[in-house]
Amino acid sequence: MRYAMAVDTRKCVGCSDCVVACQTENNVPHGFCRDWVVEVMDGTYPQLEIEIRSERCNHCANSPCVRCCPTGASHFEEGGIVLVNKTECIGCGACIASCPYDARYPHPDGYVDKCTFCYHRIKNGMKPACVEVCPTKCMYFGDLDDANSDVSVVLKKRKYKTLIPEAGTGPQLYFLI
Amino acid sequence: MKEELFVSGRMNDLIDPSLNIWHWQIPLYLFLGGMAAGILCIAALYYIRGKEKEYYTAIRITPFLAPVLLVFGLLALFIDLRHKLYFWQLYTNIKLQSPMSWGAWTLMVVTPVSFIWCALHIKDIFPKWNWKYRWLLALETFFNKYKKVLAWVMLIYGLILGIYTGILLSAFNARPLWNTSIMGPLFLASGLSAGAAATLIMSKDNIERKQFARIDLVIIGIELFLIVHMFMGYLASTQVQVEAAEMFLGGQYTMTFWIFVVILGLLIPALLEILELRKYHIPALISPLLVIFGSLMLRFIIVYAGQVSRWLY
Repeated sequence: MRYAMAVDTRKCVGCSDCVVACQTENNVPHGFCRDWVVEVMDGTYPQLEIEIRSERCNHCANSPCVRCCPTGASHFEEGGIVLVNKTECIGCGACIASCPYDARYPHPDGYVDKCTFCYHRIKNGMKPACVEVCPTKCMYFGDLDDANSDVSVVLKKRKYKTLIPEAGTGPQLYFLI
Repeated sequence: MKEELFVSGRMNDLIDPSLNIWHWQIPLYLFLGGMAAGILCIAALYYIRGKEKEYYTAIRITPFLAPVLLVFGLLALFIDLRHKLYFWQLYTNIKLQSPMSWGAWTLMVVTPVSFIWCALHIKDIFPKWNWKYRWLLALETFFNKYKKVLAWVMLIYGLILGIYTGILLSAFNARPLWNTSIMGPLFLASGLSAGAAATLIMSKDNIERKQFARIDLVIIGIELFLIVHMFMGYLASTQVQVEAAEMFLGGQYTMTFWIFVVILGLLIPALLEILELRKYHIPALISPLLVIFGSLMLRFIIVYAGQVSRWLY
């Protein structure tokens, strides 16, 4: 089992519904977020190109955060999902410094928090909150080992990229281009 | 021209626009730990080589600084933790891939060893010291009997402590400035030279002082080589590391790094020590204090600049 997510940069309009859905679903404290929207503008007027990406933890196959964590609080859950165990986390910040995507933040309660791919939802057969609410249906989630999952099907059909694969992280968040 | 905007969500001043997660506590600890490591390594090395008469201060007096430095360092580390009451989780497992984990275990060995080493020499400072309890006296006799073993443990774990403070940073490939294997040897050398400087300050014996001025000079030479080597490495590496180096070669950290670390912390003390060895009269405190200051600044600048350096995508 290998959970992954694909985001269609050609369909995403940057409405931030995914961000709000995540904050609501996961009770993310005010001023923080587990997912965010990046808009990249390239070129000079009038030749402009824009790419909008809904970003979050890449649930890397070779996670620097899991490697750097001194207590084992950051760990791989079933399907390669990277999770933080609150009661093992000492809040040292090593994982935050180790993440090239800056996907983690220190929760005001002390432990480090991040995207869980809505582990509590997918365990029960639901989709992550961000995928569920997307008004343009630009996000796909599923198991890469299952050839018929939403994400496998769309990755077969479309060209895609991952973010800084050269950092050696093996990111599992795919952007359709 | 490429412009990247966070349209929503992530306006977290702890990670945006650049990482801001580690403040004064970490570089202060890296300095205190590195200096303690230097002091302990030098004391252990010369004890093992049987130089107790020649280098009396370095072996028996300067180590009294080590536990103090370590305790304040550990305190700084503790203050840095955000989930403080769970700190004991560090000692529920050993994760070899995490330098922070085996560093924590190293501290667990080195700190008590440094206290024991001081306890064995406490009569040098307080001649009328009395252990009062018989079991304490028995412990002292026991450790005195195995003092050589203790010195070996102190030497090896001191070296690990000194080098781990650099490896801790070099393990983060997300921060291109830190992500160089030179960081370990550089921090070790800097810690050793701060340790030698501590003896230079505390020793009253001219022969010992001369020897430590020589040691310091050699280590400063090694440090300068490592710094040049480090920048050569960055400039021959990927774009992100070239950009990391440029922070020091014309960018925002140029002045602070070259003035405080290289000129004030390395070149001037080296010059003063050469002059002193050539029998010029130089006030004894200046060069060791500058070395210690440079060692502290190196940690601060590397930790802060490293957080600014990043991958771009």
